[in-house]
Amino acid sequence: MAEPVLQTRGLTAHYGDFQALFGIDFKIHEGETVAIIGSNGAGKTTFMRSITGMLNTTGQDISFLGRPVGGKAAHDLVKQGLAMVPEGRKLFPSLSVEENLLIGAYGRSGSEWTLDTIYDLFPILAERRHHGGTELSGGQQQMVAIGRALMSNPKLLICDEISLGLAPIVIKDIYEAVPKIKAHGATIIVVEQDVNQAMAVADRVYCFQEGHVSLTGKPDELTREQISAAYFGLDDGETA
Amino acid sequence: MDWVNAIVQGILLGGLYALFAAGLSLMFGVMRFVNIAHGDFIVVGAYGALIVVAASGVHPLLAMFVVVPGMALFGYIGQRVLLNRTLGDDILPPLLVTFGFSIIIQNVLLELFSADSQKLQAGWLETASFPINQSISIGVMPLLIFASALIVIGGLQAFFYKTSLGRVLRATSDDQDTVRLMGADNAKIFGYATAIASAVVGIAGVYLAMRTNFDPSVGPARLLFAFEAVIIGGLGNLWGTLAGGIILGVAQAIGAQIDPGFQILAGHLAFLVLLVLKPQGLFPKMKG
Repeated sequence: MAEPVLQTRGLTAHYGDFQALFGIDFKIHEGETVAIIGSNGAGKTTFMRSITGMLNTTGQDISFLGRPVGGKAAHDLVKQGLAMVPEGRKLFPSLSVEENLLIGAYGRSGSEWTLDTIYDLFPILAERRHHGGTELSGGQQQMVAIGRALMSNPKLLICDEISLGLAPIVIKDIYEAVPKIKAHGATIIVVEQDVNQAMAVADRVYCFQEGHVSLTGKPDELTREQISAAYFGLDDGETA
Repeated sequence: MDWVNAIVQGILLGGLYALFAAGLSLMFGVMRFVNIAHGDFIVVGAYGALIVVAASGVHPLLAMFVVVPGMALFGYIGQRVLLNRTLGDDILPPLLVTFGFSIIIQNVLLELFSADSQKLQAGWLETASFPINQSISIGVMPLLIFASALIVIGGLQAFFYKTSLGRVLRATSDDQDTVRLMGADNAKIFGYATAIASAVVGIAGVYLAMRTNFDPSVGPARLLFAFEAVIIGGLGNLWGTLAGGIILGVAQAIGAQIDPGFQILAGHLAFLVLLVLKPQGLFPKMKG
């Protein structure tokens, strides 16, 4: 099999004395969509912050597109083709919708995504292009955040909790964009608390629990009981 | 008519205060960085102009072509090498370091140039004026300084709203962490912001040297005027900073009209009144 787009071996992370990740082995191949699920505090966001360079990973075994990137800063990784849609969207309030999208292209390489292709993906944004980024509804803000990440032409797109706080109908609209994004050649990691949503969109799933990978596999090969046990940390025989 | 004249002169003086303040406003806006040595940097710009004029004999205005890029380079290197190390969640380290900088700069200038008062001779510019009527005339130099303030602030606005780097600086002002996910290196962005602010400081320094007497100890008073202009106008709003400078200038001019000894105090009182009435400043930065 070809070299993974991203791979971590034994990844650990600390916040001061508190250890948040305990030896995470993870990999994703080109064209795959991998979901990371887990409850609050399972280490999902810490993992995301580590692989995107937002946390210091000096000395860690992380490879991106075959190159070691442990200790690389976030802005370097963006230039190498890694983009993230952060939890909570984190749009820039002073910037309009279009400026929020354009700033995504600041560290770009290549020209796969343009304002026009983003507006094709989310037509509502074209109508709202001159509005302030944070004047939009939650779902539309999420579209801007995804569009902003795509504007850097990522080879790997990481979406952290993109359904959080959104209505089911809006979540459906957002997730409908995922196959279209894949068609442009991006490999995608989605981090989700919503297990059903994650299972529907992913080729493979990693379940995190208390800083460990508690389960991994293809959605159709995993049973509900296995997932419940891995998600909530229940022993066999207990029910969720 | 004397009062009208005082207000006109105050407005023009406000241009100089806006130039003093623009760099401070920019650094605070982008980095949440309060530079206590800002006034001393202005004085460094003034002495820079003095050296250029003494060495080359050119008109002080032409000294800007050396002083402005020189200050920008000095600002960029200073930010990258020293000030970036002080930035973090705690606002105290940059305050302490720039306070120390302020003392060091004043003492180095004192060693190099003594405590003697200096002034650059601007020739005919110093006395030329347009008479509007019998009691009001507008000096060419104050008008030039005011026009420069308009150009600098208009130029900075255009830069912030029309260029890719300007957009990144505004985004950095919103959220320093998330902007890293856009491929922007904070350390470099902060360097650029300080370089731009320092270039404006250079312009302010040259005008300071042409307009008034200066010595190594005048920096802290310039910092105070700059602070007042920024806070009256509203933090992070450059046109507001210009308005703040003008209000301060007019208050001082009216104070001087009442009694020459009342000039500076009148400016501070106007600042205090506005602080009580509008603690956020007249034009706080709009969101969205």
